Parts: sequence; C-alpha cells; structure tokens
Amino acid sequence: MAVDAAVSAAVDDAHRREWAFVLAATVRITADIDEAEECVQHAYATALTSWSHSGIPDRPGAWLTTVARRRAIDLGRRRQALHRSLPLLVERWSDTEPSVQGHEGVRDDRLRLIFTCCHPALSRPAQVALTLRLVCGLTTAEVARGFLVSESTMAARITRAKKKIAQAHIAYRTPPVSERMARVDAVLGVVHLVFTTGHTAPSGSDLVRSDLIERASDLARMLRQLLPDDPQVAGLLALFVLTDIRRSTRSTEDGTLVLLEDQDRSQWDRDAIAEGVALVHEALGPRPPGRFALMAAIAAVHAEAPTFKETDWAQIVSLYDLLLVSWPSPVVALNRAVAVGLADGPAAGLEALGPLAEEPRLACYPYLAAARADFLRRLGRTAEARLFYDEALMLTENGAEREFLAGRLRQLDR
Amino acid sequence: MSEYLVLIYEREAEWENGGPELFGEMYAKHQEFGAKHASSLRGGNALQPTAAATSIRTDMSGDATVTDGPFAETKEALAGYYLIEAADLDEALAIAKAVPAPFGGVEVRPIRTLD
Repeated sequence: MAVDAAVSAAVDDAHRREWAFVLAATVRITADIDEAEECVQHAYATALTSWSHSGIPDRPGAWLTTVARRRAIDLGRRRQALHRSLPLLVERWSDTEPSVQGHEGVRDDRLRLIFTCCHPALSRPAQVALTLRLVCGLTTAEVARGFLVSESTMAARITRAKKKIAQAHIAYRTPPVSERMARVDAVLGVVHLVFTTGHTAPSGSDLVRSDLIERASDLARMLRQLLPDDPQVAGLLALFVLTDIRRSTRSTEDGTLVLLEDQDRSQWDRDAIAEGVALVHEALGPRPPGRFALMAAIAAVHAEAPTFKETDWAQIVSLYDLLLVSWPSPVVALNRAVAVGLADGPAAGLEALGPLAEEPRLACYPYLAAARADFLRRLGRTAEARLFYDEALMLTENGAEREFLAGRLRQLDR
Repeated sequence: MSEYLVLIYEREAEWENGGPELFGEMYAKHQEFGAKHASSLRGGNALQPTAAATSIRTDMSGDATVTDGPFAETKEALAGYYLIEAADLDEALAIAKAVPAPFGGVEVRPIRTLD
C-alpha cells in the first residue's frame, strides 16, 4: 500500500518535533537507551501504516509515546519471562523526581534525556553525537555527515558513549540544583557547537549546513520551553535567532560569500529581530551577563543597525570587552580587534591585532590573517596585504571562503 | 547500587619532600574523609611509593618477565585507592571529589560485575 503524502509528511513532522519527547518517555520504561530507541523506531514505522488507515491523530506525540511504551512493556515482559532471575534495571531509574507534565499527563522527560547526553563524564564529541542521535533523532549516517567523519567512526563513537553511560551508571536524571548551572552550560556548549558547525561548515563547498543550524535552533527552542527562567538559555536562543537572520544574505545563489558590509539588510526578518532583541534584554538581566547573552547582544547591535556604516561600533567594542572577561578566548580578542578597527579606523585595528600574532592558539586560524590583510588593504599597504591574504588562503578549507580570499587577491593585482 | 574504585594519582616527589609533618596532616584529612563517607566506603588503602613496586609482564608464549618499578612510568603515580558504593556516577563523583589528593587527582572506575 502506498503511503499517503500527507501521512508521510505528518510522520516526518512528528519525527522532528516529538522524537526527544517520545524517546525520553520510553527510556523510563526500558531503562536501556538502545532498547528505547528500537521501540521508538517501531512506533514511527507503525505510525506510517496506522495513520494511513485511521487518520492522523490529534496529538501525534502522545500517540507515538503510547505505542513505543507499549512495545517497551511487551519486550520487558518477554525478557522477564526469559530471565526471571535478573533484577530489573528500571528500579534505579524509577520515579525519584517529579517531572514536567507534557501531552495529556504524559511525563515530560526530555530534560533528563538531554542532561544525560551532555553529562560531563562524556567527551564533547560524544556529547554532541549523542544529543543529535537521541534528542534530535538523527541517524548515525546523518550525524556523521554533519561532522565530516565516516559513518563507522561515528557509529563507534556513539556505541562507546552509550557503553560508558551503562557501565559507569550515569544516571538518567536532571542534575541537582547545586550543579544545575554548570550542567546547563555543558548542554548549551553542545548546542552552540552544533550551530557553529552548521553556520560555517569547516570544509566542503557550502558555507552553511542548514540542517545542523535547524537542529540547533530546535534544541534551543526546546530548552527555552523546558527552562523558561534560565537567562543563558534565553541568550543562546537570541544568538541563534539574530545570527540566523543573515543566513540567506551571507552568500549568493551560487554560493559566493557576501560580507556583512555588503549584505542586503532589507531581507532580514524584522519579526525575528524583534524576537531576538526581546530575548537579549531578558538574558542581560542578571549581572554579570553570560557569554551567550553578550554574543547575542553584539548580534543585536548588528541586526538593528540600518547600514554597516551606521553600526554602533563603540558599543560593539565595549560588549567585546565584557565578553573577554567572562570568556577570555583569543577568538573573542580577535573579533574585538576587528571591531576596534571599524570603530577607530584600520590603523587602530591593526594595532589591536598586534599582540594576537604571538597567540599560539591562533597560529592556524585563517581569520587572523584575513583581518590583518583587510586592514593593510584599507591602509593601501598592498604588498603586505597580499602576503596575509595568501596566508589566510593557505589556512582555510571552506570553498566559499577560499573563493572570497582569492577574489580579494585578484582585486589587489588590478 | 554500584561499586566504583577511586584511584588516587599523585606526584610522589611532593610526598617525599613533605616529611612526617605532611604525612600526619594528610593522614588526618583521610581520616576525616573516611568518617564523613563511612556509609559509602567498602575499602581502601594507601600504597608504598612506586620505588617499592615490582612489575610482571607476560608475553604471548606465557613467559613472565619480572622487572623493578611500576607498570607504567607516569608523572602522577598510583598512591592509594578507595572502593566505594554509590547509587550512580554522579553520587560516586561527589564522593570522589572529597577524596584528599592535593598533589594530583583521582580517577573513578566502575567495578565490572560478572554475571
């Protein structure tokens, strides 16, 4: 029987929106992530045929959860009959904490799931892989493609991480209040990494990978819904919203990079800017402001500037000064120096870049050479500019960025 | 409940240089830790320094070679351990964080249970 297009679209939509909810609710029954995944996959497969017969349910998430949980209970009974002597693991993961009530009174365990995936006892790459696989429901092949590793490497990474969760008994629960801030930071770090990986694909010909950006945005919105009072969550979502307004104007149809300076600001979504700015105000509330709140505030200044020239560069520099305090990273220092150059002219910018030449962590970072080349070009120091454009070109693997740098070099030769 | 081995790795030089005073101080700290977490502790010992270690390596044919010294030379050497029982990794980590190890740190390893 052919599956109705509407049914297939509804299942796809439910996959994107409800996967984490259904899986989190099912893990509660199985106490085993692999088995829960299998049950959830079974539920989505069942939905394809069942919804074709009896129509799309009003609450697909609740429907899928019921089917997945029923499957989990069946499997559990069958296994219990087989190994009556083995104690059930469910005990350990029993209802020891109240959790948010979701669809029709079904408990919402998504926070437990995401905190478990981002547990600090797991490596960052493992946290990212597990989050995309378990919270977003991506296949191993899709996760591998997102991070440019082979499917077998990614499969091994996911298997290792799941094994560690089981062997070390990483608890399936939300952390206690005393650890809450650090644990939320770890989660936000993972989601931010997914977003930045999508925003500038490390190599390949496309500048952005929209699928990763969308997954990261979905995750940020889910966190916002589950942790509505957390200013860092508001900051991260604001950052995504305000960065993403530029996604379509950052490159032309044929993939050529367009600088912020030359982007068509009339195409930026005003409603999205308003949403982002409101979130920034919320995120900046507590003192001192968090890292994502400050990055979002910088994005907000750009988004609200009518033209590149009219950008409030002095405010951007002072926001970078604050950001350097909460996040002393050489990349932040580089961005600050670029802002100084735009606020006070290329000579000031070049001077601000000076000390960064000694920074070993920037030695292979193409944007440092590109920034220096740009200031030198503006100062008319063509020969030196050419050297640094060459260096930047050597260091970048992204096709769109390489094409941009090569274009600058051609302009210098004219 | 699960069992975890908390392995204490420390720079031996700092112990050697510290003398009996340091030893007394650290002994008191471990006593304090032991009293506070008595309900979770299943065992534990301090070890003699790696200078007292003897290692045995077995090759493919089953022949054993005995050598002087620790199994692996590392900057921080195994100095002692605790065997603890905890509900899950978070609880084990909370206890492990309280283990006195000023000259290094600890590694937490889940005990493997054989069915």
